Amino acid sequence: MREVAIIGIGMTKFGELWDKSFRELVAEAGIQAILDAGIEGEEIDALYLGGMSTGRFIGQEHVGPLAVEVAGLEDLHLPATRVEAACASGGVAMHQGFLAVASGMYDIVVVGGAEKMTDVVGGEATNILASAADREWESFFGVTFPGLYALMAKYHMHKYGTTQEQLAMVAVKNHYNGSMNPKAQFRRKISVEDVLKSPLVADPLHLLDCSPITDGAAAAILTPLDIAKKYTDKIVKIRASALACDTLSYHGRKRFDSLPAAVEAAKRAYKMAGIEPKDVDLAEVHDCFTIAEIIAIEDLGFVEKGKGGKATEEGLTALDGEIPVNTSGGLKAKGHPVGATGVAQINELVMQLRGEAGERQVKDATIGLAHNVGGSGGTAVIHILEAI
Amino acid sequence: MGVARYWREIPARYNLIGKKCGVCGKVYFPPRIVCPKCRRKSIGKMEDYKLSGKGTVESFTVIRVPPPEFEGKSPYVMALIKMDEGCYLTGQIVDCSIDEVHIGMRVEACLRRIQEDGKRGAIYYGYKFRKAKE
Ligand SMILES: [Zn+2]
Repeated sequence: MREVAIIGIGMTKFGELWDKSFRELVAEAGIQAILDAGIEGEEIDALYLGGMSTGRFIGQEHVGPLAVEVAGLEDLHLPATRVEAACASGGVAMHQGFLAVASGMYDIVVVGGAEKMTDVVGGEATNILASAADREWESFFGVTFPGLYALMAKYHMHKYGTTQEQLAMVAVKNHYNGSMNPKAQFRRKISVEDVLKSPLVADPLHLLDCSPITDGAAAAILTPLDIAKKYTDKIVKIRASALACDTLSYHGRKRFDSLPAAVEAAKRAYKMAGIEPKDVDLAEVHDCFTIAEIIAIEDLGFVEKGKGGKATEEGLTALDGEIPVNTSGGLKAKGHPVGATGVAQINELVMQLRGEAGERQVKDATIGLAHNVGGSGGTAVIHILEAI
Repeated sequence: MGVARYWREIPARYNLIGKKCGVCGKVYFPPRIVCPKCRRKSIGKMEDYKLSGKGTVESFTVIRVPPPEFEGKSPYVMALIKMDEGCYLTGQIVDCSIDEVHIGMRVEACLRRIQEDGKRGAIYYGYKFRKAKE
């Protein structure tokens, strides 16, 4: 297997982008990444695009060729693959891109992720997101997507004494970080009280415990490490790319206080990178709901199982903490255009590892980890990146 | 959605018919096609098995923002329930106040209306759970 590097990144602003179409978002992120890498269109060998539900959000499947067309690369007849793994579509597209380069099949690969969620109205977006759960045995009976994470939250609170305030502190931290990210959907700082006063969506989760509905796209350019030097001095190497799956339904799992697929993906990624959790300088984790970040920092081995709430309260994961988590603002404040999220996490890590994160820069960041989850934990994909 | 999608699930949704592995004896609900423990050996040996309908609440939530099919029915309680046979499922808790629901609560299945396909479409039934009488 060849070693793989990231030589370019791109990302649109995240938010309710009424004036931008899916095509424009894909083009904007892709062009930014291509310019950042300094490559020519003719050099591109393949494209992987993560998208959760373009068919239901914009009535458009078959978005591989759409991406080829918006990039003006149809004369190259570029091989383009759309990747779907619910909210982990972007992360799994990264994994596919990594495999394609590592295998020796392709030299320059563009990985993208995009979702245009605001073209549907009313509760339709929520309904589409619910299709990441088990339609026959979960959604059919009336449980929503926030509802499944609420079951996790209640379980965790009952078993370990995690509090509503600790959940809220995840949102407060991520909004604080997001306030320093010009591309974030929400740049407003919030308080624990704001979270607890916001309406309940699914007890114990309040509205401000949930990530929003977002439009956006992100991209990254992958090459073999040995040719990366030709394009840039700020090389970020992919030390590990690991994917793991579990049952589609939450009730089918072996554990309810953890996402076993994330634990397994982390184990594989740490082994592949030859590092331990304590070697990680910063992490972007899948905080689709506040409880998800608490469970994530436990599953990743940053803290012991059950101690995630307490660790958050004590500032372990704050921007100036021992392991800053979600310096971008996370899904919570940066926004969560589902198919784009996994690639957006990579964008943040690359910026941090290159020392280009501005106000929210983590000092001496060398190793970053991205944790991207699909559904209630049916898919988990983890990348470990290193500045070299 | 065509009605076939719903009637093919009727045995499980009306009568809690799951599957029992003919090799190791483990009971599965919702029904499974192969036993994840015995895999190849269980092919063709997964037998229908009716659950007792009794179980315990392992976790629960109150849905305040419902999906479109459940519009007007919130707030309602959804729970992660451990059935006495050892398998877990997700179901609604009915016939009691929200405040009465707690982790560890004993429940039993009952047949109820779950949702309907618009105003003139088919009505779909299935299991919900109420406080156990025992
Ligand atoms: Zn078996």
